[in-house]
Amino acid sequence: MVDVRTVAPAPVDARVRRARRRTTRTAWVLRLVAIGYVLALVALPVASVVQHTFADGLGPVWEVLTSDDFLAALRLTAVVAGIATLLNTVFGVGMGVLLVRYRFWGRRFVSAVIDLPVSISPIVVGVALILVYGTYGWFGGALEDAGFRVIFSVPGMVLATVLVSLPLVLREVVPTLEEAGIEQEQAAQSLGASAWQRFWRVTLPTIRWALAYGVALSLARSLGEFGAVRVVSGSVAGESQTLTLYVNDSYQEFGPDAQRQAFAAAFVLMAIAVALIVVIAALRPQEERS
Amino acid sequence: MNQSAGHSGSAEAQSGIVVRGVHRSFGDFVALEDIDLEVKPGGLTALLGPSGGGKSTLLRIIAGLDYPDRGAVEIGGRDATFLPPQRRSVGFVFQHYAAFKHLTTARNVAFGLEIRKRPRAEVHDRVAELLELVHLEQFADRLPSQLSGGQRQRMALARALAVQPEVLLLDEPFGALDAKVRKELRDWLRRLHDEVHVTTLFVTHDQEEALEVADEIVVISQGRIEQVGSPAQLYDHPANEFVMSFLGPVTRLGGVLVRPHDIEVLTDERAGAVQVEVTKLLRVGYEVRAETRAQDGSTPWVQLTRAQVAELDLAEGATVWLRPLVATPFPAGSPRAPEPVPA
Ligand SMILES: Nc1ncnc2c1ncn2[C@@H]1O[C@H](COP(=O)(O)OP(=O)(O)OP(=O)(O)O)[C@@H](O)[C@H]1O
Ligand SMILES: [Mg+2]
Repeated sequence: MVDVRTVAPAPVDARVRRARRRTTRTAWVLRLVAIGYVLALVALPVASVVQHTFADGLGPVWEVLTSDDFLAALRLTAVVAGIATLLNTVFGVGMGVLLVRYRFWGRRFVSAVIDLPVSISPIVVGVALILVYGTYGWFGGALEDAGFRVIFSVPGMVLATVLVSLPLVLREVVPTLEEAGIEQEQAAQSLGASAWQRFWRVTLPTIRWALAYGVALSLARSLGEFGAVRVVSGSVAGESQTLTLYVNDSYQEFGPDAQRQAFAAAFVLMAIAVALIVVIAALRPQEERS
Repeated sequence: MNQSAGHSGSAEAQSGIVVRGVHRSFGDFVALEDIDLEVKPGGLTALLGPSGGGKSTLLRIIAGLDYPDRGAVEIGGRDATFLPPQRRSVGFVFQHYAAFKHLTTARNVAFGLEIRKRPRAEVHDRVAELLELVHLEQFADRLPSQLSGGQRQRMALARALAVQPEVLLLDEPFGALDAKVRKELRDWLRRLHDEVHVTTLFVTHDQEEALEVADEIVVISQGRIEQVGSPAQLYDHPANEFVMSFLGPVTRLGGVLVRPHDIEVLTDERAGAVQVEVTKLLRVGYEVRAETRAQDGSTPWVQLTRAQVAELDLAEGATVWLRPLVATPFPAGSPRAPEPVPA
């Protein structure tokens, strides 16, 4: 039998305690610097937007949020970002499976090209789109003759948004697919699953958290896009003005009304972004656990 | 090729596997060279061979996860060469389990049945039955990440058995487990097979596993089949030096390959005996391994019991004579050596 006695914990040497304490003085200084940096960079601007938005109380803000131009911008943003994210999701998953599961000629080249639109400036993306689809661009004339307008209309804005967020879903999905390997799919196949069943029952559940994360990122990026959309939209209030364009155009108009509009819309954009960040943060640990 | 009688017991019609002239190369490298093989219906057959010998490649071709350059595969008397895996009625168990990580043990086992759209009650009953068979009843609601390696492997086996495949293929089913669990699962597989009787082909590079579990062993090396036979046939009558050295310990005495436990130690000179000096006595568990040096420079070793060592009064430095107890089991000059041929 083991003799069980309650023993008072032996006193720990002060040097041991110091060694065990993980936060040294340097660590404290570094922490303060990090926090200060983040405050100055993120928190202060955010706080100032909030402060300006509600400087005159809720009434004027509500007025802006129910105005026709704002609602039109909000609707357009939702449509453009929604379609763009949907396209990027389908593309990202399909391309991800293709890049990971198949070895084909030009695979690495394709993979590199997909990263290109996000690495160049959105303005350049917008200009390039005009050069291709504008009235005097390569296909623009032909498309317009066929009654299909790209530039200065919704398709162009979707296209610009798709391009600037093209690889966000793909890049999230690829590592998960690579890590999962092909054996689960082969096991499903030998159990009788068709290609479609394998995709729905094995591949998709395997990448679900990475996919959700990629979609959230892609949506956040699409909602916030300004440069490329600005170039291809024309930014006509109530017609081809997204929320970011609405903020910009209002802000550049002088006068207290316009300023208020700018801040209210900026606040809405920010609130959506914060909501998405919360979603992303909630998804991250899920992904790490699985 | 198949000398011994069919597997006892089962009355239902069973299907074997026939492989005819299967050839598979990767670029210039020939992984399988015109393989002909018949796996008996209802038997437990081991595919044994060294690493890189082509075992997995052959198994994957039988399962339809890879296709041969030429040759044919028949499963249950039907030509399956160009059937996709989902239409072959083959259960495949991967070395690393390939568990569906997002599904519980029960849902993993149910997968094949759900694909086949069986009624829910039937799926439920069958899954319960299978989990009992593999002793995982109490783990039905766990995720694969919450199971041990051996449990995952049993789950993978139950999953493959659920759809009642005509043949079961196991690629090094216990390869990733530690020695003790391996041994337990090996015995368990033997018993399971005696219950289920599904034609089973399992890959291993562990000769002990093959000798202990299988009804029949197929020795494969460098893309060719070296020998097919029962464990006793292979051990006692190996077709060549490769099979002999792969299936158990061997040593070279007077230029002839012999098993170290088939060597007689003599304290005086006799006809046919080789004079050696004992260089080392090594105790391994209950055995003693006596390492010696002959005058021609060769170093044969003998496997003895402690009692034998005491009786012979053997000590390091002593001079003794060694004589093979049994004749070389295969005709002299059979060519293939165990060393891999340089590419
Ligand atoms: N996809 C492939 N591409 C090129 N070579 C391959 C491929 N698959 C297998 N090989 C080669 O074929 C040979 C046989 O491989 P295989 O996986 O069948 O060996 P094995 O007998 O299963 O070995 P192990 O016991 O190590 O699993 C090896 O030399 C391997 O390098
Ligand atoms: Mg292998």
